[in-house]
Amino acid sequence: MEAIHSLLVGFEIFLTPHNFLMAVGGILLGAVVGVLPGLGVANGVAILIPFTFGMSPNSAIILLAAIYWGGLFGGVITSILFNIPGEPWSVATTFDGYPMAKKGQAGRALTAAFCSHFVGAVVATAMLTFFAPIVAEFSLLFGPPEMFAVMMLTFSAMVGLVGKSPAKTAASILLGLIMAAVGLDIVTGGLRFTFGTTELMGGFSFLVVVIGLFGIGEIFLTVEEGLKMDGVASGMSVRTVLATLREMPRYWRTLIRGAFIGCWMGIKPGGATAASFMSYGFAKQFSKHPEAFGTGTVEGVVAPEVAAHAAGVSAMLPMITLGIPGSPTAAVMLGGLMIWGLQPGPMLFKEHADFVWGLIASIWASNALGVLIVLALVPLFVTILRIPFSILMPSIVFLCAIGAYAVNNRIVDIWYVIVFGVIGYVFKKLDYPLAPLVLALVLGDLAETAMRQSLIMSQGSVAIFFASPIAATVNGLAVLFFLWPAAKALRAWLRRAPAKPAAALQDVPASER
Amino acid sequence: MRTAEILCATLILAVGVLVCYESAHYGIGWGDGGPEAGLYPFLLGIGIVGASVATLGQTFGRWRRRKPLQPFLAPGAWKKVASVAVPASLMILLTQFIGIYLAAALYLAVYMRWIGRHRWVTIAALSIVIPLAGYVVFWRWFLIPLPEGSVWARLGL
Repeated sequence: MEAIHSLLVGFEIFLTPHNFLMAVGGILLGAVVGVLPGLGVANGVAILIPFTFGMSPNSAIILLAAIYWGGLFGGVITSILFNIPGEPWSVATTFDGYPMAKKGQAGRALTAAFCSHFVGAVVATAMLTFFAPIVAEFSLLFGPPEMFAVMMLTFSAMVGLVGKSPAKTAASILLGLIMAAVGLDIVTGGLRFTFGTTELMGGFSFLVVVIGLFGIGEIFLTVEEGLKMDGVASGMSVRTVLATLREMPRYWRTLIRGAFIGCWMGIKPGGATAASFMSYGFAKQFSKHPEAFGTGTVEGVVAPEVAAHAAGVSAMLPMITLGIPGSPTAAVMLGGLMIWGLQPGPMLFKEHADFVWGLIASIWASNALGVLIVLALVPLFVTILRIPFSILMPSIVFLCAIGAYAVNNRIVDIWYVIVFGVIGYVFKKLDYPLAPLVLALVLGDLAETAMRQSLIMSQGSVAIFFASPIAATVNGLAVLFFLWPAAKALRAWLRRAPAKPAAALQDVPASER
Repeated sequence: MRTAEILCATLILAVGVLVCYESAHYGIGWGDGGPEAGLYPFLLGIGIVGASVATLGQTFGRWRRRKPLQPFLAPGAWKKVASVAVPASLMILLTQFIGIYLAAALYLAVYMRWIGRHRWVTIAALSIVIPLAGYVVFWRWFLIPLPEGSVWARLGL
């Protein structure tokens, strides 16, 4: 098997002491980031990108990916012990995790959650290992029209599937695309939308936008809601862990179902949160004791967590094969790739095989390491949460300021962070989803280049977007997704259904962060 | 909530119109062997106008149906938000002159005292340690320069 051979080469890269330490450090940092309210994973990764400028891309991606996994693990702790979902995909975990903790079974809930994460990671990483090369091989056939089509599909899927209001999601995407167009025009070399100022010449750095929208915006929200920390003791002991481990095989059906939902949803943008709710819903539906859900049942913890982690991992698949990220964090990593001088997309597998396989090997290893680390260090993370918010908050703001400045060494970027913080806060309150904006900002230049190159190839004829079978299929799907919300609205209007908004169908919180 | 909704959508609408207007300057037709620089943003601008008009339409539609809405801000909430935003902005303003380390120390101290009401010992220790940690990690270990302020150079330091 070629994939296995390549994977072994990847492990060789991962198992150098330097890279190994990167992974351990990344998991610890990520778990802290996942635990801390007001500091999300995407934001944490964005702040750390300037640190990686001096590293080799291999080590850098191992570090950032490890933070991602650590963050996925860390979110569990707050949602189970404190009833505060550290990340949106942990919301479903609070339904049963917190009741369990209150019943004095916090250790059992935590262990079950971490094990589910591990299972989700294994299934998704196996999928990634074997499918990524195939997808990459296939996408080598893609020219500009096909790439443009894939991006259209990404955006249309967000309009059709993410968020409560398709119009708001569309506005969010378009704003992101426009922000990407500010500054130097990559095709003609002219300046656009600078309005005569030098500050706008460099455009908007997506890192600054992410730190503002997700970092400062989140802090505003947390402050406004007021943070109530009434934690429950974790009660972890080796005996609880072992007992829970023996219990796990009983939930194989939920585990496998959740892992597959996660893999499937994760490839599409904004998938992790939706996947966790879907998995929870299915588990409840198929359970013999659906009434137990919500009162503290292990299955209710297992289901969302296995799906969330699987989705997190499978979000890497489109990122490394097509150069299209499946989640905001993956988008930030993709931006990092470009900063390190790697061209994301199908050629990555050919030109930087060591990079890709080092990353895939690190996903295997970091997740295995992650389970052990978080299981051992739960008490430590709980202590972090006991730090008063009035100390934590200004420290996070300080960190965000440094992170923003370090991107380009410009003070104006720190101002942007505050401005985007306010925008993020307002958008969040008005249900404008933020993840599409960030994805669009990262993909903006690529989308524009792909579109203009296609039009140059065809001498201006729009027909090129439907000329090849791949482009036609993908673009057709995209159009379908775009029209989906309109069709739904039309049907509702035709039937004059008693006011039941379409949003009620999906009780997934639209706030994809 | 409704006012905020309308205000936000109108602002986005304005951005869309501005983008279209600007794009028209860069040319939205067919240039020498390729689309001109303004075509793509012009299309985006049109899209934004469409999306914000749709949002406005929905908002007014809900208005007509008299759906109860929560207020955008709970009474008094703006004070809490401002208590974060104002000191943070002041810190950035100070950073330009006295550098991020001193500005952050002041900011941390003020916030911890004003909001947290911690003991002076705690405040003093933390507002020295945290910026110092920033200095050591960023500047010493990773060689990432942070803003040091313009005042020192002028004083000849």
